Amino acid sequence: MKPIFATSTSLQLRLFFAVIASFSLIIFDSKFDSFSNVRVYLNTAVSPLIYAADIPSEMLKGVSNTVVTRRDLKKQVQEQREKLFIQQVQLLEFKHLKEENKRLRALLNSPVHADQRKLVAEIITVNSDPFSLQVVINKGAIDGIYIGQPILNEQGVVGQIVDVSATYSRVLLITDITHGIPVRVQRNDIRAIANGSGELNSLTLPYVPHSTDIQVGDVLVTSGLGGVFPEGYPVATITDFTYQMGQPYAQVEAKPIVALERIRYVLLIWDDEENTADNSTENNNVESPTNADKEGTL
Amino acid sequence: MTYANGRFKIILTLIIALLLTVLPVPEPLNNFRPDWLFLVLGYWCMALPYRVNIGYAWITGLVLDLLLGAPLGIHSLALSIVIYIIVMNHRLIRNLSLWQQALVVGFLAGLNKLVVFWAEKLLFDITITPMYLWSILTTMLIWPWIFLILRKIRRQFAIS
Repeated sequence: MKPIFATSTSLQLRLFFAVIASFSLIIFDSKFDSFSNVRVYLNTAVSPLIYAADIPSEMLKGVSNTVVTRRDLKKQVQEQREKLFIQQVQLLEFKHLKEENKRLRALLNSPVHADQRKLVAEIITVNSDPFSLQVVINKGAIDGIYIGQPILNEQGVVGQIVDVSATYSRVLLITDITHGIPVRVQRNDIRAIANGSGELNSLTLPYVPHSTDIQVGDVLVTSGLGGVFPEGYPVATITDFTYQMGQPYAQVEAKPIVALERIRYVLLIWDDEENTADNSTENNNVESPTNADKEGTL
Repeated sequence: MTYANGRFKIILTLIIALLLTVLPVPEPLNNFRPDWLFLVLGYWCMALPYRVNIGYAWITGLVLDLLLGAPLGIHSLALSIVIYIIVMNHRLIRNLSLWQQALVVGFLAGLNKLVVFWAEKLLFDITITPMYLWSILTTMLIWPWIFLILRKIRRQFAIS
């Protein structure tokens, strides 16, 4: 047998370097934003493994999709048709309201909401870090996804992008312990911050004074103040509001509206800040004289 | 020549271990997932300590961090430390019986998990649940099989 190590110092030296390298990586990765570019390349390099790990569940999905009876399918199609019909009718009304809203906003001199670019992504089911709540989606940098992009589904807010590779990206769910989202109560516009609790189905609202008018069952929507999430999307419903004497703040808990354990498709939206900012200033510039004219004529 | 040949097989087993780590399983079973990467890496480091040691541990740990979406460096750190212990004591561990080895592996798997937890605790305000530690038991139980399978592979392809 070969001599393994001349002395064991070489191994200790290796350990020393490994520990130093690990700590500097941990610090670089979590404290410096510029490192996220490096992460994109590293993620892209390991993406075949992510897709390979997803193959079994994709196959299972394929099997369950083929093993469907004709009757079930027919029933499903019928249901979908009815649903679509109802939603088309609602859409007519919505279009009318949208136009009206635009006109009213123009009259009030507030920025008009521009249509956002949207994209549907599917969840890739892979195991992830047990200490954080995240999901992986099958769209990446080549689809234009960026870090900090808001993620929604048909029910409400899901989370935001924290990690991008060329072909997949990672979504931090709103209930992750490191996540916070600025919200307001839909009923009375009280603003708060909803922090993740680390449990999949619970959010906490810190620093809420006990006299605040928040009730169990109130719906929280995004306030749009953080600049990440667009305004007005439902986030959670209040499940608990308790105040103990002597405590500085009330204890407020909320449950996300989205069933986070069951999401399969999510919606990515592009809220081009520069564009909307430009639009709003342009709108203001352009429309103030016309408003003045209108006022004049009125 | 055989050196390069053997290296490919070692890397292949490590990739399979990484895949098994990120493979989705039903949620209740997820806490019982054995620490595949540690098992496979631990075997190679015990059998071929002069070839597979801290370098492999650090690189595969980094890949695991990327796959799991954990802060980079966390699993590299933990694996480097436990692999160091294995390599330092590989003669002792080799001479233990399988179930005694399983106990050592269980202890080191626990250490691995705790280092990961402590490192993440430095960054985030997380808490540990007893469920997190259940996988140590499955890691211990599966060690004899991993040992026998990998030994068969090692002997069959004469990786030394």
